[in-house]
Amino acid sequence: MSHALVTKQRTPVRPARILLHTFLVVTALAWLGPLLWALFAAMRPYAETSEKGYVSWPDRLSFENFTNAFQQSDMLHYFGNTLLIAVPAVLLTLFLSSMVAFYVSRFDFRLNLALLLVFTAGNLLPQQVIITPLYRLYLLIDLPGITMSGKLYDSALGLVLIHVAFQSGFCAFVLSNYMRSLPHELTEAALVDGASVWRLYWQIVLPLCKPAMAALATLLSIWIYNDFFWAIVLISTGENMPITSALNNLSGQYFTDPNLVAAGALLTAIPTLIVYFVLQRQFVSGLTLGANKG
Amino acid sequence: MSTDTPTKSQEAAAVPPPGTASPKKRAPQGHRRLLTRRDRLTLGLMAGLPTILHVALVWVTALASIALAFTTWNGIGFDSIQWVGLDNFKELFTNNPQFWPAVEHNVVWFVVLILIPTPLGLFLAVQLDKKIRFSRVYQTAFFLPVVVSMAVIGFVWQLVYNPDTGLINSLIGANEPGHYIDWIGDPDLNLWAILVAASWRHTGYMMILYLAGLKSVDPALREASALDGANEWQTFKNVIFPTLRPTNTVVLVVTIIEALRAFDLVFVFNKGAEGTELLSILVTNNIIGESSRIGYGSAIAVVLLVISLAVIIPYLVATFRKERRA
Repeated sequence: MSHALVTKQRTPVRPARILLHTFLVVTALAWLGPLLWALFAAMRPYAETSEKGYVSWPDRLSFENFTNAFQQSDMLHYFGNTLLIAVPAVLLTLFLSSMVAFYVSRFDFRLNLALLLVFTAGNLLPQQVIITPLYRLYLLIDLPGITMSGKLYDSALGLVLIHVAFQSGFCAFVLSNYMRSLPHELTEAALVDGASVWRLYWQIVLPLCKPAMAALATLLSIWIYNDFFWAIVLISTGENMPITSALNNLSGQYFTDPNLVAAGALLTAIPTLIVYFVLQRQFVSGLTLGANKG
Repeated sequence: MSTDTPTKSQEAAAVPPPGTASPKKRAPQGHRRLLTRRDRLTLGLMAGLPTILHVALVWVTALASIALAFTTWNGIGFDSIQWVGLDNFKELFTNNPQFWPAVEHNVVWFVVLILIPTPLGLFLAVQLDKKIRFSRVYQTAFFLPVVVSMAVIGFVWQLVYNPDTGLINSLIGANEPGHYIDWIGDPDLNLWAILVAASWRHTGYMMILYLAGLKSVDPALREASALDGANEWQTFKNVIFPTLRPTNTVVLVVTIIEALRAFDLVFVFNKGAEGTELLSILVTNNIIGESSRIGYGSAIAVVLLVISLAVIIPYLVATFRKERRA
């Protein structure tokens, strides 16, 4: 490869390359089009667009719709809800799935393949397959004093649990592959020296898994942040919804014109975009690390 | 760099660690002999607790879906559960005007995703794999829709499709009364409109999967093919594409699962109104919709479950068998 490349780069820019770049620039802009269009609509006052139409030269561009959308609908509250769900869910998923992966990859009991199969298959199921009994189960479980609703239904705890249960399948699969690549001598030596299994896991294996854990944490944060379905079904009080699902209610109640809807939707996307731009590498590597994610 | 890890780690797992004669069974058993009773308890808890949580919330509920599909239940007390045999399925298959359209739409969803965004994603990946300048910038643009939530995508595309204020109708002058093209409401159009948005997202996802696949293609293959005088297309068709087989399998499974899971986008768009019914929407309507029929909703879920498992199980068995062989 290197040979071919070196000679390629030395030759003056070929027409084929220019054509390729033109194609890519045009396609990439087209790909960003819908988002840019939303941004354009969100930055124009409603009065102006209703008078001149949306496809028109803007007289005034401002972030007013963004501040209005943010304040009128009390978006901060919903971002808070999301944080309350996503942070524990991500940490717990990583903790539990790394334990399973540790067991499966280090202690080759006969069970492990079956265990991994169960976890991975469960993660690939469409959520709707389990939602009806899950919904009933959440209504049945009484937790007086623990959750605001007194049930698992309509509580942040309920959402955390289903996120953890569902996502841990994927993470266990990825982490067990990762841990299997660590040399066996490492843990064996520690065991011979009398270290406990817990120390093996916590002080030797986990620190070595940092890259995989970082990638998964990025991926999980974005997935859980973006979740729409669980919260739509398992949360009944609008006030308790995380931001992505709340958007659906807010768009009827507070975001009364398309410009405000655009601003609200974009505001909701901002945290994921920040995480993506800052941690792009982790995100992409996480996604391809366990490419069998559904 | 880090995108290489999956292949590397898998390879590392495939190659036996040096120094041990028969590494497959010996190392783990050596581990086992050294365990104290407390260690065994710790291990049991470490594997047991997450398994219980996962099995209880995912597999027990999936089984409960199957059981409930043969009953009627109004949800009030367990006494009111009544065994009705296959009645729910009979009604579903013969008497529900939404069921067959929903199945058809799920199939169309899959066919469109596999025929348009998937090859497009592969095409983009091949172009971006050529070590061209700004490759990362292009990748970021194409991948952006995958990062944004489906709900947001739904709202963004509504701004494009809205009959009064949307981009398309404003551009082609179809937003005047009498000339309306109702992209969201018209049952002949709305599924296709939504599928454009779904494809927009799917392309970036496929591109990333294929890019990772292409990175693991042995560069020597390309060189050999070039030396043999093959042109770019021949090299791709005869050399690169066949080596992408593992990626193609993943892509196929991911696309089927995506087509079965499709929900958020449609729900935001028009709540699965006429023209955009999907199995997932029908299941959900039986929970939060006006008609709360638990047994009936479960019967639809079972149809979804059967289709999903028909894809998931062979795929996983093949994956794990390959891993064990390695």
